[in-house]
Amino acid sequence: MAGTAPVELERPDIGWASDEDVSPDHPWIVIVWNDPINLMSYVTYVFQKLFGYSLEKATKLMLDVHEKGKAVVSSGSRERAELDVFRLHEHGLWATMEHNG
Amino acid sequence: MEMEPPVRRVASGGFAVTLSDDERDVLRGLPTQLRELLGSDDPSLRRLFPPAYPDDDELEAEYRQLMSEDLLAGHAASLDLMEATVDHDELTEDELVGWLGALNDLRLVLGTRLDVTEDLDPTTIDPKDPRRHAFALYHYLTWLQDEVITALSG
Repeated sequence: MAGTAPVELERPDIGWASDEDVSPDHPWIVIVWNDPINLMSYVTYVFQKLFGYSLEKATKLMLDVHEKGKAVVSSGSRERAELDVFRLHEHGLWATMEHNG
Repeated sequence: MEMEPPVRRVASGGFAVTLSDDERDVLRGLPTQLRELLGSDDPSLRRLFPPAYPDDDELEAEYRQLMSEDLLAGHAASLDLMEATVDHDELTEDELVGWLGALNDLRLVLGTRLDVTEDLDPTTIDPKDPRRHAFALYHYLTWLQDEVITALSG
């Protein structure tokens, strides 16, 4: 749930990840896009909360989103990326994922 | 004169909430209104359910099927939590995080309806604009959300 879920949310293995998905050479990337509604302070807060990033790193990513229009905030297997996207969606951020390569 | 912050961390580990009766009345009514919209296909909800795979219809359909219910439940839970504690003078951290989620969801829907822009200046809203009350509400929620983040981060 958006406000009350623990930071380290467990998700059952649904058997989606294929060998291709987990190859370190082809990670999926999670992108957060700029939008006119989410507050800069909120985006920074969410990056810290969900990914355990330092204030410095979270602020840098937030500024990338704000100034460049988007930022890659995490990457990994498809399953991992999809969980991150879901958690960002829970928090109202505009996140998408794509295969990097 | 320095205004007392509306939300501040207190020694108990919780958060003291100082809001007027009028403010609480406004906040009290909002979760019901948004809850009635949730589950509908109202276009102003689109920011609550963004696409994960904008370029892949098949994967996007799978994501929707798997996640929509949980996402909906998450948004509803935050609204429930804020509604249940709207009159409390002190909140636990979990409760305040629920307020944060509810305030953000309310702003996402209201801001989408109002088609707000990043550099929107509330002082330039035409007093004859029929949306002026909605803009005022949006800016109130923005202010309160920012105060909640300040309190949680402090």
